[in-house]
Order: sequence, then C-alpha cells, then structure tokens
Amino acid sequence: MAATKKHRRYGMVVDIDLCTGCGACMVACAAENNVAPAPERATDRTGITPMRVYPVHNGAPGDRRQTAFLPLMCMHCSEPPCESVCPQQAVELDEATGIVTQMPQRCLGCRYCMTACPYHARYFNWWDPQWPVGMEATLNPTVAPRSRGVVEKCNLCASRLHAAEDQATAEGQPMPATYVSACVEACPTGAMVLGDLDDPDTEAHKLAKAEGTFQLLAKLGTRPKVYYHSSRPWVRSLSERNAKEQAHA
Amino acid sequence: MRSAILFLAGLVSVLTAGWTVFPRALYKSSPQPLQFNHKVHAEKAGSECSSCHEIRADGSFSGIPGIANCAGCHPEPQGTSLAEKTLVEKYVKPNVEIPWHGYYRQPINARFSHVRHVKAGKLKCETCHGDHGKSSSLPPYEENRISGYSRRIWGAKMLRVNIRPDEGMKMSDCENCHAQRGVSAGCLGCHQ
Ligand code: SF4
Ligand code: SF4
Repeated sequence: MAATKKHRRYGMVVDIDLCTGCGACMVACAAENNVAPAPERATDRTGITPMRVYPVHNGAPGDRRQTAFLPLMCMHCSEPPCESVCPQQAVELDEATGIVTQMPQRCLGCRYCMTACPYHARYFNWWDPQWPVGMEATLNPTVAPRSRGVVEKCNLCASRLHAAEDQATAEGQPMPATYVSACVEACPTGAMVLGDLDDPDTEAHKLAKAEGTFQLLAKLGTRPKVYYHSSRPWVRSLSERNAKEQAHA
Repeated sequence: MRSAILFLAGLVSVLTAGWTVFPRALYKSSPQPLQFNHKVHAEKAGSECSSCHEIRADGSFSGIPGIANCAGCHPEPQGTSLAEKTLVEKYVKPNVEIPWHGYYRQPINARFSHVRHVKAGKLKCETCHGDHGKSSSLPPYEENRISGYSRRIWGAKMLRVNIRPDEGMKMSDCENCHAQRGVSAGCLGCHQ
C-alpha cells in the first residue's frame, strides 16, 4: 500500500476579492457534513457552522465604506494548538495529508481545543442533532453524524478525499494532487481552490505563493494551510489586527 | 475451608455465566433469507470473487451483488431445489432485492476501502474473508443485541485467541495488520 501512497499537504486559497458573501459554501458544507438544522435558540456561537462567511469592513464612513467577506473554516494549521491541548488525542495532524482531523467519537467535550483555536473554527454540539421528518433521507452516508457533547470542525471534506483516493487507486494513480470539497464545488464565483500546497502543478500552490496572498494571524505561528488573497491593502491588514485595534478601527 | 469452597463455587459459576451464558444471550441469531453456495458458484460457474463482488471503475466497491446479477444466470430455476424456486419466484421475477444480512458491516464512522487493500495493498480476499468464498452454505447471522453489530466484528470466541481470518474486524485488528505491514494508521485514513 505504501508504494503508491505519496504524501500530500492539502490546503486552500480563498480569493476574498471574488467572494460575494452569498453563503453557498456554508449551505453546501452543512449538507455535505450532516450538520443538522440549528434549534431556534442557537446563536452564532452555539450553532454549528464549520464554514462561516464573516463580513468585515474598512471602517470608513459614507461612500468610502468598503465591505469584504471572509469564508472562515479550520485553517488546518501546521502547528495546531488544538491538537496539543486535547487530553483525548481526539485531534490529529494527519501526516499523509496535512489535514487536522477531529475524531468526535474520542472527544469528551472538555472544549480545551475551542479555547486554544485562535480562529474560532471549532463548534460544540450543545444539542443532539435532529432532522425534520423525511430529511434523514438526504443524509450523506459517508459522514458520521455527531452526537450532543462533542466538538466538531471542518475535516476538509475527508470523505471526498477518500473517494478521490479510491478512484486514483482504481486507475493505478498515486494520491490525487487535488480533489473537490463541498465548499469549493458550491462557490459560484470560484473564489476557493483546494490542492497540495507542495505540488508545483496545483493552482493552490501557485496562488499560495502569489502577491497579495496572506494567512490569518500569521504572527501566532500556527502556520495555517488555508490562505487568503486580496488586492486591497485594508483587507490584508485586517488579518494581523487584534481585537483591541479592531475595536478602534 | 468452607469459605474457600464457597468462594471457588461462586467464582466458577460467575465465570461460567460470563463466558458461556452471557455470549449466548448477547447475540441474536437469524438465518439468511436464502441459502447461497459460494463453492458451486466458484467451481461450476467458474466465477471469481470479483465476478459478483466488483470494484467499480470509480474505485467504489459493489459489496453484496444486487438481484440483477443473479437474474443474469437464474432467469429460470437452475435445478429443483427450494432455494432456486424461492430465488426466482420471490426475488428475480418481481425484481426485488434479497435482504441479506451483511456479516462484515462496520459502524458508520469506519471507512474501509476495498480498492486500497486489494489493488494498492495486493491483499487476497481470503486474507480477511477466510474460506467464505469456498463455503457451501451461509451460516446464520449473529447480531449483538446491544450494539447491533455483527458477531464477526468481535469474533466467535470471547477470549479472541486463534480467531479465524473472517472474524475479528475490530479496530485493533486493523491496527495490528497495519503495524505488521508498516502501513500508516492515522485516524483519518479509516474514519469519516
Ligand atoms: S484553525 Fe483551529 S481547529 Fe483548525 S487546526 Fe488551527 S487551531 Fe485547530
Ligand atoms: S473538546 Fe474534545 S477534541 Fe476538544 S480538547 Fe476536549 S476532548 Fe479534545
């Protein structure tokens, strides 16, 4: 098995200038990953949105005001603080793919990882998932639903990677350099690309190295594998601001 | 002395209950909906495992074949047995799937890729399924009343010593094999 397995380092590049904030990625993500509809009392912190489109603005008044949208998900950090704090080894930086894996079946719900994650990429299941009658038929059979009391997050559509890997194996090919996650597939403007950041032939590799590409909170040293791109300096500057600076902007 | 005897008697009865009575009560046994002879199909029809249990071009695994596969060779009963008659009348003609009990079904959070094991790993079907392909009848399906999983996952023996290759499909069994063959055992590879 090892013979055909080539290690990959999957990551994403999101072009903020192309994102219109439509939220198609959020819907696609929830449908793909069997995220149940939120109960009415859920808030944006207690509901579950492994992919969340976050609006930001430049702080200027009147017609100089500009808005941008950041699709936020797990950054698949190369130095993931969520992994080292987990007492259950429920979080793992996968060597073969670079994906930071969350294993809800191992999670005891202590939520250390949520505190450790600087990107608010993790969500706690406050309620048992419930689907309206008939909607169970739409569940994705390749993703296990999570129960109340555990943490979940973006697994970079690992089951889609599994399917792509199986197809590549059937065709006698090594692990694919790219595959299509649900959010990438759904984005109408093509604002997101996914691929092996170390493979010079992938779009993701090229865009990650392009001018105007940056990582969120790079100063923390988490080395995210999700990159953002914008030609607007004010958007880029947001990525390093802390909450205090943000409040006074 | 008396208390030692009492203790031993208690120990023996508890162990007997735990090792013989409990496993019997734990599993519910049901026959398969139809008999199937793997041996005859392999020898007379000359079929290989992959003739009916196919890895598709997209790498997915067909699993237990659908009734359309049976209908190819059994549009009419091939012989006079009751199973043949049932097959054709109850399933083939009305085009109804046979509700087989899958011996090897895993929990939903486990992902097993046949193509990775068979094609990339070059494992034979027998490595995990033993002589199932040479058997002339289907054993009853035994379901764990608590977990709902097949007994093949744990294996027939509570102690798990000398279990057959087609039993013992717990995570530790997968991990042992991966460790022996030097294959990575990250969570992501086998969980979804
Ligand atoms: S973004 Fe958060 S959840 Fe994702 S790897 Fe980094 S620290 Fe962990
Ligand atoms: S909440 Fe779960 S995944 Fe997070 S640190 Fe605690 S046990 Fe680990």
